[in-house]
Amino acid sequence: MLMGLFNHWVVIALMMIGLYIVIAHGNLIKKIVGLTLFQTSVFIFYISMAKVNGGTAPILADDIIVYSNPLPHVLILTAIVVGIATTALALSLVVRIKETYGSIEEENIQHQDNQAFEQSNSQNGSNAPKGSKQEKQA
Amino acid sequence: MKDLFAVVMLLGIYGLLSASFFVAMDAVDVAFTEAAVGAGISTLLMLVVISMTGRREITTRHKPMSALLVVAITGFLLIYGTLDMPYFGSADAPIHGHVAPRYINDSMQEIGVPNIVTSVLASYRAFDTFGEVVVIFTAGIGVLALLSVVRRPEDPEEIAAINDSMHEQHLVIRIVAKILIPFILLFALYVQFHGDFGPGGGFQAGVIFAAAIILYTMLFGLSTARTVINQSFIRLIAAIGVLLYGSVGLATLLSGGNFFDYNVLVNDPIAGQHLGIMLIELGVGCTVAAVMIIIFFSFAARAEMQLNNKKQRQDKDKDKDNKNKEPSSC
Repeated sequence: MLMGLFNHWVVIALMMIGLYIVIAHGNLIKKIVGLTLFQTSVFIFYISMAKVNGGTAPILADDIIVYSNPLPHVLILTAIVVGIATTALALSLVVRIKETYGSIEEENIQHQDNQAFEQSNSQNGSNAPKGSKQEKQA
Repeated sequence: MKDLFAVVMLLGIYGLLSASFFVAMDAVDVAFTEAAVGAGISTLLMLVVISMTGRREITTRHKPMSALLVVAITGFLLIYGTLDMPYFGSADAPIHGHVAPRYINDSMQEIGVPNIVTSVLASYRAFDTFGEVVVIFTAGIGVLALLSVVRRPEDPEEIAAINDSMHEQHLVIRIVAKILIPFILLFALYVQFHGDFGPGGGFQAGVIFAAAIILYTMLFGLSTARTVINQSFIRLIAAIGVLLYGSVGLATLLSGGNFFDYNVLVNDPIAGQHLGIMLIELGVGCTVAAVMIIIFFSFAARAEMQLNNKKQRQDKDKDKDNKNKEPSSC
């Protein structure tokens, strides 16, 4: 009985793998790979919902009665192409981050940011010691 | 896995696998797109980026236990949520109610196109698709804004030198590609204009077309590809695709119909639908192909610029070393 829900569980497994990669890995490229995995799991979710037992591809022919649902196909078809366009945008951001920071590891970037922040604080320290203290606590 | 190259290759294989899964699920149009995008273009883009950012991942110090906990809890909740879901393949699931029967039963009379996916994409939900095309166009502009490089015009001798050096390395691949590329382009055009009757349409055709051009660029170098495909021309094509799509909508408005109601374009409603769908698919195909090519060219040009900068820096360092050495040798 529960085998009927198997497709959903596969989708959830893939989705959680993607989510785990996004959270646990510091490398920005790996994060994007994780997002792509997450994205594909949603595609698979939609497409598997559209399937009807005994149906065929939704292209009208004379001697066929049962078709799979065409609507999710349309939605996912456009979503895939939009997905690659937005992924490209994310990748170009990664390239720029690499050029600016010299690294695509989250830890290194955070470290550099903290250092820059402390430097600017020590420069402005004499002018506004109160503000900088509050910011540090935050 | 710490080697990002392997990660990207696995992602490509995964894309191909999910494309075959889509075929098994009757979603042939989607499978087409996923095969070209997931296994082709996304893998290539990732590879170009890795060539710029380095292929090793640094080991992190923090423990992933908390992430694992969050993921496990979320996954458990989601699985609990699926217990109410309709079973796989059941014909009476709620998703098959509402509009789907109308698409399947009436689209032949209303649109006159056998491929239901095309008629829904380009006619029933044309406004939605217009939005998607604009998103793709915007993403292309974004990549251009982030990565565009001002390039000095290269002298033809240099290109010839690069070509000669590559001739020896990739001779077989280059000749096979030279034979294959015309057929890939032809296939893209077939997919574009046959989308009404079989699986296909503007999105798939655009991606396949772009894949052919990208293949050419990879094998014959960016400079050669740029002499074939003019940069400003390809940007113009991307914009014209969106404009063509929008102007079809405007034309239907001006002829007295609703936005994207093609029935009013020609006297015969079915002929109007055919005309409208063909124009719109053409606009989609132009934009998608042009934006994909623009994106790849921007990445490749950026990589080339970084390489050149590195070379120049090394040359300078060498010069400095030589200058330092000279007095000591004297």
